[in-house]
Amino acid sequence: MIWNETIECMDREEMRKLQSIRLKRVVEHAYHNTPFYRGKMQEMGLTPGDVESIDDITKLPFTVKQDLRDNYPFGLMAVPMSEIVRLHASSGTTGKPIVVGYTRKDLSIWSETVARCLYAAGVTRNDTVQVSYGYGLFTGGLGLHSGVENIGGTVIPMSSGNTQKQIQLMHDFGAKVLACTPSYALYLGETIKESGIPREEFKLKIGIFGAEPWTDNMRKEIEESLGIKAYDIYGLTEVIGPGVGCECACQQGTHLWEDHFLPEIINPDTLQPVEPGEPGELVFTTLTKEGMPMIRYRTRDLTSLHYEKCGCGRTAVRMDRILGRSDDMLIIRGVNVFPSQVESVILEMPEFEPHYLIVVDRVNNTDTFQIQVEVRPEFYSDEMGKILALKKKITAQMQSVIGIQPEIKIVEPRSIERSMGKAKHVIDNRKLV
Amino acid sequence: MLIKQLSIFLENKKGRFTEVAKLLGEAGINMSAFTVSESSDFGILRLIVSDIDKAIQILKDKLYAVSVTDVVCLYCPNQPGALAKAMDIITNAGIFIEYMYAFSQGDSAHVIIRPDDVEKCADVLKANKLTLIAASDLYKL
Repeated sequence: MIWNETIECMDREEMRKLQSIRLKRVVEHAYHNTPFYRGKMQEMGLTPGDVESIDDITKLPFTVKQDLRDNYPFGLMAVPMSEIVRLHASSGTTGKPIVVGYTRKDLSIWSETVARCLYAAGVTRNDTVQVSYGYGLFTGGLGLHSGVENIGGTVIPMSSGNTQKQIQLMHDFGAKVLACTPSYALYLGETIKESGIPREEFKLKIGIFGAEPWTDNMRKEIEESLGIKAYDIYGLTEVIGPGVGCECACQQGTHLWEDHFLPEIINPDTLQPVEPGEPGELVFTTLTKEGMPMIRYRTRDLTSLHYEKCGCGRTAVRMDRILGRSDDMLIIRGVNVFPSQVESVILEMPEFEPHYLIVVDRVNNTDTFQIQVEVRPEFYSDEMGKILALKKKITAQMQSVIGIQPEIKIVEPRSIERSMGKAKHVIDNRKLV
Repeated sequence: MLIKQLSIFLENKKGRFTEVAKLLGEAGINMSAFTVSESSDFGILRLIVSDIDKAIQILKDKLYAVSVTDVVCLYCPNQPGALAKAMDIITNAGIFIEYMYAFSQGDSAHVIIRPDDVEKCADVLKANKLTLIAASDLYKL
């Protein structure tokens, strides 16, 4: 099912023309209305006239998360505050949060792109959608909410937390679609199993999961535990929120709605564009946003883009799974470690629960690298030897995938915190002098 | 003559055993014997208790990883050479012992044995006129 066929299946040359027109317009808008962008362009000797088509995008300066912090709260708004109808903010773990503002038109673009996502995942106006992303400053809840209303579906505005009630209402209201973070979906699946309510009594068929990177193995795990088909939805607060892109039934990558959000992939070291299909850091330029346009925003997400037409009929570019975030990447004893690698090993081993915690520290100038895991109840043994053998097995597997040997710590059932939102997978206690 | 032994996986953290002991105590469950096998970051607590089904329920409710293993409890006179004699019988029958633990009181000693073949071990010991303690009697000691 395709929500906006004209755009989603547009000839690629036509799309480039549309993007070029919109890019010129947004650069002018940003230049004339935001001192931050004007200053940066003037430093580089650029004027809006230097941008003729999307090929000129490489001339433009990058924007990074720190720029949003430095201009807290409203420094990057390109319209008077009287035009801003809504604010959202990301929970800043360090320092100030990231604040974004939307005009009325921005909100309608957002609900349009979320509608495309929902249709791509097979959601229709006949479906009831339980939105278990947090509502409030976080973009997840309200973003999905408006998309569901746009297609005419029924929203259960659950928000996150209160897991018992989530399950009760999912059951009683016959929710067909669940939207939340993948780690919360896993937790819900686990809790449903414990609740003893037979799975056949649930109407759940489709899951729309995002806001944190996840792997194909995790998808399988969720699909099996909830008995659903799981789709990846992609988005980030700085660009608009969830709904920048979503998978279709083919699941050959996440389609990005590039008439509104122009993606590029750059080499994070040289900052130069890479060839289509090559991995690198994802960069977005918003082509239509009024309230807070983003010019070449560096997402830190590592992925690659594919421009071949999809089996679903869409020509919209497809993004690979996020390999990790370039700032999530841990450098342990000089080796690059992605939490997603640790996750993939754990999910391949049936003896372990799909939850983990990486703890990194520095002792006597050497990095320590501990991975905490839980053994599934049926694999606990009375014999020390068997548990130690399990530990040895996972250690060897981790070492072969990651390249360095972690210290595996088997912890008691349920001692790794189950998250309601974004799972916390890493504790880095290193203090770099 | 097999006895059901309860095993609990515990992380090496302060107060873990205390909590288990409290939970069982509050439920009126008595421990007849126990042993701890430890590694660097976790331990396995093995227990013989007066009401194993209730103990499992209580511990599972608290999310402990518990398992049940069949063991035999051998009665031995508390004197030199008594254990050697029993061990000799087990070894000659080709039975391997995973682990064992014991307690003595006055003239008698009790040895709890986890062999690789628990049925065969019980049979061999009985055939050689050694005394095995039944679960119901063990709880009375």
